[in-house]
Amino acid sequence: MEVTASKLKRCLLITADGRIDSSTAPKLQSVINEAIDEGNYKLVLDMTKVEFISSAGLWVLVNAQKKCKRFNRGEVILTCLSKRIHDALELAGFIPYFKIFEDPTQAVGSF
Amino acid sequence: MITMAFPGRFSSLDAIRNFYAHAAEKAGLDKESIADIELAVDEAASNIIDHAYGGEDKGEIECSYRVIPEGLEVILHDHGQPFEPEAVEHPDLTSDVCCREPGGLGLYFMKSLMDSVDFSFNGLNGNLLTMTKLQKKAFKP
Repeated sequence: MEVTASKLKRCLLITADGRIDSSTAPKLQSVINEAIDEGNYKLVLDMTKVEFISSAGLWVLVNAQKKCKRFNRGEVILTCLSKRIHDALELAGFIPYFKIFEDPTQAVGSF
Repeated sequence: MITMAFPGRFSSLDAIRNFYAHAAEKAGLDKESIADIELAVDEAASNIIDHAYGGEDKGEIECSYRVIPEGLEVILHDHGQPFEPEAVEHPDLTSDVCCREPGGLGLYFMKSLMDSVDFSFNGLNGNLLTMTKLQKKAFKP
């Protein structure tokens, strides 16, 4: 799995590419933690290229949300979820924790 | 019955999911069912590494399947610590995000995604997890 982070005017856009499981979730967690440590707590996570996510990956998203919400107006917003990823979030009961946008431009613009 | 053994480490998960995805294709299951199986076996294998073996590279995960008339039977076998499914609490799915603590979703995912989930353990053979995924029945008015 590849993870890239791009600094935008109002937020940080994180793009994950591949499969997020117990093997790869620590890499995503590490990129997100580093971003937060550097003062980025408005994050948009683009999931266009994420083909699979297990509960280990879902917990990375939730932990990131918990951390970002500690800051004023901090938040993790999700965009471009496939049905498969949306279904996994729903099964875990995690949908209410995130704003979800189909369009990444709208997601970025919401900050 | 087709069996393949994988090293008990997280880098095996991709290969384990692929092994069962091909099995599910052979069984004629639809794409949604195949995705369900991939997630269920990923959670099962992750639990084996984390809980039965207590970490990576402590033992193998023997993965088997059998195409049955109704769909697919998958069997995961390990030689780790006994797993007691009745000791696992149902996860809290409704609390606020601040109160959700990591873990506890694996068994719930397996039970939600598969049509049956059965665990057995004996001292000689270790843990045997058997799950089935059935073909969706065609709607007949």
